[in-house]
Amino acid sequence: MNSAIRRLAVAAMILMLALMANSTYLQAFRANEINGRNDNNRVRDSQFSVNRGPILIGSTPVAQSKPSDDRFKYQRTYASGPVYAPVTGFYSYLFGRGGIELTMNAELNGSDPSMAFRRIIDVISNRPQQGGSVTLTLNAAAQQAAYSGLAGKTGAVVAIEPKTGRILAMASRPSYDPNLLASHDSEKVGAAWKNLNADKDKPLSNRAVQELYPPGSTFKLVTAAAALSSGKYTPESKVNSPAELPLPQTTVPLVNEDGKNCGGSNNATLTIALRYSCNTAFGTVGMDLGPDALREQAAKFGFGARPLTELPSVATSQFPGDPNEPQTAQSAIGQFDVRATPLQMAMVAAGIANKGEVMKPYLVQNVKTPDLKTVSETKPESLHQAITPQVASQLTAMMVDVVANGTGKPGAISGVQVAGKTGTAQTSKDRPPFAWFTAFAPADDPKIAVAVLIEKADVARDDVAGGRLAAPIAKKVMEAVLSQ
Amino acid sequence: MSIASTSVIQIIPRTRRGVELLLLVIAIAVSVGAYVNIGVTVQNAVPASTGYYAAGIGLLALIAHLALRYRAPYADPVLLPCAVLLNGLGVAMIHRIDLGLAIVAEARGNTPKAAAAPQQITWTAVGIVLFLVVILVIRDHRRLQALTYTAGLAGLVLLVLPLIPGLGVNLNGARIWIRLAGMSFQPGEFAKICLVVFFAGYLVVKRDVLTLAGHRFLGLDLPRARDLGPIGIAWAVSLGVLVFESDLGSSLLFFGLFLFLLYVSTERAGWLIIGGLLFAGGAFFAYTTFGHVHRRVTDWLDPWAIDGGQVKLGLMGQAWGGILGRGLGQGHPEATLYSQSDMIISSFAEELGLTGLIAILLVYTLIIERGLRTALGCRDIFGKLIATGLAMSFALQVFVIVGGVTGLIPLTGLATPFMALGGTSLVANWAIIALLLRISDQARRPQTPAAPVSDETIAMAVQKQ
Repeated sequence: MNSAIRRLAVAAMILMLALMANSTYLQAFRANEINGRNDNNRVRDSQFSVNRGPILIGSTPVAQSKPSDDRFKYQRTYASGPVYAPVTGFYSYLFGRGGIELTMNAELNGSDPSMAFRRIIDVISNRPQQGGSVTLTLNAAAQQAAYSGLAGKTGAVVAIEPKTGRILAMASRPSYDPNLLASHDSEKVGAAWKNLNADKDKPLSNRAVQELYPPGSTFKLVTAAAALSSGKYTPESKVNSPAELPLPQTTVPLVNEDGKNCGGSNNATLTIALRYSCNTAFGTVGMDLGPDALREQAAKFGFGARPLTELPSVATSQFPGDPNEPQTAQSAIGQFDVRATPLQMAMVAAGIANKGEVMKPYLVQNVKTPDLKTVSETKPESLHQAITPQVASQLTAMMVDVVANGTGKPGAISGVQVAGKTGTAQTSKDRPPFAWFTAFAPADDPKIAVAVLIEKADVARDDVAGGRLAAPIAKKVMEAVLSQ
Repeated sequence: MSIASTSVIQIIPRTRRGVELLLLVIAIAVSVGAYVNIGVTVQNAVPASTGYYAAGIGLLALIAHLALRYRAPYADPVLLPCAVLLNGLGVAMIHRIDLGLAIVAEARGNTPKAAAAPQQITWTAVGIVLFLVVILVIRDHRRLQALTYTAGLAGLVLLVLPLIPGLGVNLNGARIWIRLAGMSFQPGEFAKICLVVFFAGYLVVKRDVLTLAGHRFLGLDLPRARDLGPIGIAWAVSLGVLVFESDLGSSLLFFGLFLFLLYVSTERAGWLIIGGLLFAGGAFFAYTTFGHVHRRVTDWLDPWAIDGGQVKLGLMGQAWGGILGRGLGQGHPEATLYSQSDMIISSFAEELGLTGLIAILLVYTLIIERGLRTALGCRDIFGKLIATGLAMSFALQVFVIVGGVTGLIPLTGLATPFMALGGTSLVANWAIIALLLRISDQARRPQTPAAPVSDETIAMAVQKQ
């Protein structure tokens, strides 16, 4: 009888061990997954009571938690909310998080494994949990210039430091005030959320990285890079550049924007073709090189891959998969199915500026614990050598010429050599074209590369040209950085 | 088969009441510490009620301890402190959730519900009274054998009670509660004790017959077909509980109990096989036939699908607790439905973490294993069976409810022994502990009646050698 009881004792022990094993799996190994669930109100409530770390630019907070005496202990506040909203995102009780607030949530609330040691100290010394700070790469002056430049327009600006890939400015308008969503007044937050989502101009969308646009003539930089890299062309090579280029397989010809031939010549050099942004010349080059060479060159600049991991829903720029000849000609001038984000076009300019080496763009400079110990510091990382330094210097010279003598004149800065390229992308007849400008300066030692996109502005349809609308904004942003 | 042939470790007859007192002091200190901790973190002050709480629980434990010194001096010294610890921690957690619920109600502008912790303390007192009755009135557990069939009938009546219209109430999908004079009771908790007595008494008489071997199959001696009657009846009754009271937990508990005792009394593993197959068949039949059983299983397979489901909320609480826990008063156990009763284990897991949860499970394990130790040491078969039955009922109950709460098995509405809010279960568990102590007193008592030897005398005797 006793041996049976002993066996039952072992069985009972196994039952208890099973309970312990199951709870261990749940609480030690699955905890992070369960805590991260969207419907986990308990974690959300608790995190709302945590002294969340600030998002900094230099040492100035653009998002920080201030003590609050309502049902939560802290209120998230955003200084100059709309200026930085595309990057900081928002922190809402009802509607979750966006931007850096979303992607760096664990670091900001202090639950990231990298801060585990600090958290244990907090537990032992009975200090409340405190989040780490996230310092951005943004440059306050550049960001402000970008935001002000976009006033009254729909569009985006991205500025990059070519040598490192640090993002110096990322603005998108219309923007929104994240303070409205971070409020503890549920009714107001609900109404604000409804309005923002109903708005046809999509203020919650970060146009700099989340939306794709036809890059138009700014893509000619990629075509020119492919041409120069092929060895078949030099900046002085002459190409067929009539006012109207008949295309194979179709009755619709490729025409120049102004309806004339290229700078008075039907056989202009590549430099002249870029200066006046001649569609026919680049259409000819594109068909000559073929779609694969163009796609390959685009990929080296970052097309076809997600360029930035520090923001949510970053769009991937694309070059069409299998275009026929006329479609290739259209693609070579940034039309047809070529799509790019403003960030991508800034990466093209930055790549050319950095002797052909494209750096991985990044927004987070470092993460620090509340007692200012550095948890992580982002190091510049090379993506691709998109073009050789020789080709880069040839392209730079051509772009300097564009600003000095061509369509990019409005982007010129006195005393500084600016290299740039304009773009005007046609979409459909019933909406204005997209105006682009991408540039870097100073041309001999680039400190900043910038891309500006204007999706919509309150000007007459025919008045839209990258040079006139977008270039002045780029100029302001570059000046903001260069004057420092 | 006889008791003499199996080796029982010779127990040196020591009363160990001093050890029990020391352990009790620790158990009370931990419970009061938890209570104070909760007050400090939630209300920023040592609660004014600390004195009452400490005095209440201390006094009750002291009375129980003195009763043992008086009437069961050789009783196991670990069982009472374990029960006091679980009971004390349970009251502290119920109090903590009272505070949490009051804060939530206040934030929403509602009037908070009446606090549950004082109720639970009152029930603890009732439980200790029953404990005293068992210790003082039942001087020898063997006397219960005379009540075998009375206990069987009482158990059956208690089981069926919730089915009587006007008396039984449906709660959380199960019909295992009755409402009487404005209060709710769970008669199943007492049915459990009655049935253990009945099974033990019945098997003492019938075990010889049931041990006779029938066919040999796959190396196992299967019982004779004509002896299958009792197990068939037990199976039918437990299936009836499952079908009519919608309670998988109670059903498993009653059938499991019978099966374990049948196995212990006959030492035939064949009974376990037959019983296991019967239960599996019954459970599968219920799963395919009854919607509520089916739903319990689907809820278990994907707890995340149900919005605001108690298991889902409980699992989130556990995950939020992590390894070290949020700290008493610093989690949100009140966010889980039934966090004071069915889900109290997840409340502990949230605030005390995996570490605290495992500590609590170890205390349960101690009670179970001390109970089985008592069964091993007991000199009569009836006592052995009762101790085994009570200890295994404890094991099954803890496994079924904790497993359900933590998502190991489908959730059923059994009470977490000593911790969950609920009078019936608490009182019944105190009776179980009293019975185990009563049996252990006899098991550990020197065979030839002698005067109790104190620890000091033994120590001196050892030194002299």
